[in-house]
Amino acid sequence: MINFEKFTLRNGLRMIVHHDNSTPIAAMNIIYDVGARDEDPEKTGFAHLFEHLMFGGSINIPKYDEPLEKAGGENNAFTSNDVTNYYLTLPKQNLETGFWLESDRMLQLAFSEKSLEVQRNVVTEEFRQSYLNQPYGDVWLMLRPLAYKVHPYQWPTIGKEISHIQNASMEDVRAFYKKFYNPENAIVVVAGDVHSDEILKLAEKWFAPIDNTGKNERNLPVEPAQTEQRTLEAVRNVPASAIYKVWHTCSRNHPDYHATDLLSDILGNGNSSRFYDQLIKNKKLFTSLDAYIMGSFDNGLFVVSGKIANGTSMKDAETAIETEISRIAIDLVAERELEKVKNKVESNLVFARMNVLDKAMSLAFAGLLGDPSDVNFEGDKYRAVSSQKLRETAQKMFQPTNCSTLYYLKKN
Amino acid sequence: MATNDFRTSAPPRGEIDGINLPKPEIFTLDNGIEVYLLSIGTEDMMKVDIAFEAGKVFEKQPLVSLFTSKCLIEGTKKFKAAEIAERVDFYGAHLNTFNTADNAQVSLYCLNKHLGSLLPVMQEVALQPVFPEEEVNTIVAKTREEFLIKLEKVDFLANQAFQTLAYGKDHPYCASVVAEDYDNLNSGLLKGFFGQHYFQGKIRIVVSGRVPENTDKLLNQYFGAHQVYPQKNQVVVPPGQATLGEHFILKENALQSAMQIGKPFINKLHPDYHKAKIMNTLFGGYFGSRLMTNIREDKGYTYGIRSVMLTMMQSGLFYITAQVGSEVTQKAVDEVFYEIKRLQTEPVEQEELDLVKNYLMGGFLRSADGPFALAELVKGVAEYNLGMDFYNSYIKTIKTITPEEIQHMAVKYLQPDSLIKVVAGKK
Repeated sequence: MINFEKFTLRNGLRMIVHHDNSTPIAAMNIIYDVGARDEDPEKTGFAHLFEHLMFGGSINIPKYDEPLEKAGGENNAFTSNDVTNYYLTLPKQNLETGFWLESDRMLQLAFSEKSLEVQRNVVTEEFRQSYLNQPYGDVWLMLRPLAYKVHPYQWPTIGKEISHIQNASMEDVRAFYKKFYNPENAIVVVAGDVHSDEILKLAEKWFAPIDNTGKNERNLPVEPAQTEQRTLEAVRNVPASAIYKVWHTCSRNHPDYHATDLLSDILGNGNSSRFYDQLIKNKKLFTSLDAYIMGSFDNGLFVVSGKIANGTSMKDAETAIETEISRIAIDLVAERELEKVKNKVESNLVFARMNVLDKAMSLAFAGLLGDPSDVNFEGDKYRAVSSQKLRETAQKMFQPTNCSTLYYLKKN
Repeated sequence: MATNDFRTSAPPRGEIDGINLPKPEIFTLDNGIEVYLLSIGTEDMMKVDIAFEAGKVFEKQPLVSLFTSKCLIEGTKKFKAAEIAERVDFYGAHLNTFNTADNAQVSLYCLNKHLGSLLPVMQEVALQPVFPEEEVNTIVAKTREEFLIKLEKVDFLANQAFQTLAYGKDHPYCASVVAEDYDNLNSGLLKGFFGQHYFQGKIRIVVSGRVPENTDKLLNQYFGAHQVYPQKNQVVVPPGQATLGEHFILKENALQSAMQIGKPFINKLHPDYHKAKIMNTLFGGYFGSRLMTNIREDKGYTYGIRSVMLTMMQSGLFYITAQVGSEVTQKAVDEVFYEIKRLQTEPVEQEELDLVKNYLMGGFLRSADGPFALAELVKGVAEYNLGMDFYNSYIKTIKTITPEEIQHMAVKYLQPDSLIKVVAGKK
């Protein structure tokens, strides 16, 4: 159980406070309701580039990191297709430094040409390091546009191509900030040995004076149901061929979400999963084979990805995956196997309550999805999934026409 | 809107003073195995770590210690690999094996309520592994494939070369292997290594979390009866034969180059360790470090650059590592040496040093936050036969170190001609 209190400031900023007196560390997590899905298709990679610029100085603070480090703090941030999330931890007695830093960059960023220039280069190197100069690094650059034809999930957070980053202008950046970095578009969570009245006071001092410039109303195109199998082949200089299959699935808030997640656990999570036991250890067709869901806010993907063992043909590999997929769509999952994946979820939920930062982040995500108290009902929702529900969900999702496949072949 | 004057300066900050580290309870099982127990935390979960003196340093052939520890979970006298995996997953637990230069470790991470069901599995894994041939071969083949994929990465290539240059190919601490090393492994070698090394030498158990009352009895029941031989002929590691100079590893078509610059270094047992660690933090050990500020935040040559100190029982390593755009590789290397020179010739400004001190104090507070973090601190000293006092002296060093001492550390340990320079990338 994660206790919390919440309130909303007059400018629309939502605040959540979690009390935990077992630690000298306080965490502050700020989630902004903007991700790669909100980008212009001709200017992709912006939400993420922007995340970098958020450290380049704000109106009263020339460098974000220095004062935080001086206060014994540490921070980081990440951008997904759905959100941009900033977080910091510091000794509790220095918590106000966090309020100062975060409110100042919500109030007004101080962009410099130099900072933009440097971060364009840094992100270009990140693009190369994580996507282009890595074996299999370009998979999602191909898979996303294969699966999504309309919805902006068709590009990854790094962007479609390096040129989008390199062409980012000061004007673009200012417009992006104005549109999305607004109190009403964010949730602040504070967790630690703190009480809501002291947090309310700090919030009134630091965040409440920031003007509300209007909430961004999101209106994204809905991906139409896929009606034909899609395939793509890529030949690359890699040591082993790989296969990637994705099926369209529900959104994070959909009632089928928990069943879908458990299906991925049964198939491909851990050393007792069906994929590992049958296809890696027993039949030795793959050297790795995973199943997982993207967990995206809008309709997402169920992903199966595997590295194919030397000597296995692509066709045999694909048939083996399809056999396991149809088995789970036809045969009811046995009680013990279902119990196993539920138990795993139960302990993972406890593991995720081990420190104040993880708890703050969970509350922020749940808050943005609609209700922070959902963090305390996740376990029950997984527990409630029956074998019948799993089969029904699998049958609905694992239609051949709902599937896109990338054959990633090694050059020889 | 109210005046914003209050925003122009930082809110007052509190000092982070000494930290009261909880002391682990220490006791021995009937057979003499040492147990460190840390019972704190808010959640009903726990971790049990068993460490054996059976790391890489003891092997006669590459990869034998690694695969011995990897294959502990691949079958025991009572359980097949699949049964172990199923039982661990059924109770929502994690049972992992690790292998370092000096040690092999088995770790169990579980909800308290399942400890009684999981200890029998952990006992089998740690005491009765049988290394079935087929399972061993599958794991070796799978890991060999992963190795081939890593060979496509410039940072891995640079590190492999660096390890060899720092120690020499056949040195016990040289963590560089070739694909053929995988082909020379078999189940018999692993059995032999297990028999010879796992129960000779010191065995240490660290238990952490909100540990239930009867845990000491359970540990004694499952691990206290096995015969152990605490006296072990220690391997004396010779100093490495570093090959100095500049080395280039060709990787056609690479978009970035990886650089690794460094040398064999002092370890935790050396009196300069804390001071060197603080110097290293300032130089390349945190986001605001000299290297990051210059090479990422000013020049944009890289997504990230850092300097690292690794410590082993009988050696250590220091290196600077980054992946940089191919076209700016030489410039980035030059900037690294510029920063070394600057650290050696100019005393650090007190303000920068104070920032690093505060950052390190906050970092230490984080590294002691919660039972599992504390368990890592306990292991970090127990292995070296150091006490928790090691951390008090670390804190004292942070509080008292001067700009002159930082400069002295840089002069003493970062002489440019003592560093091995490796670049992997395209021509």
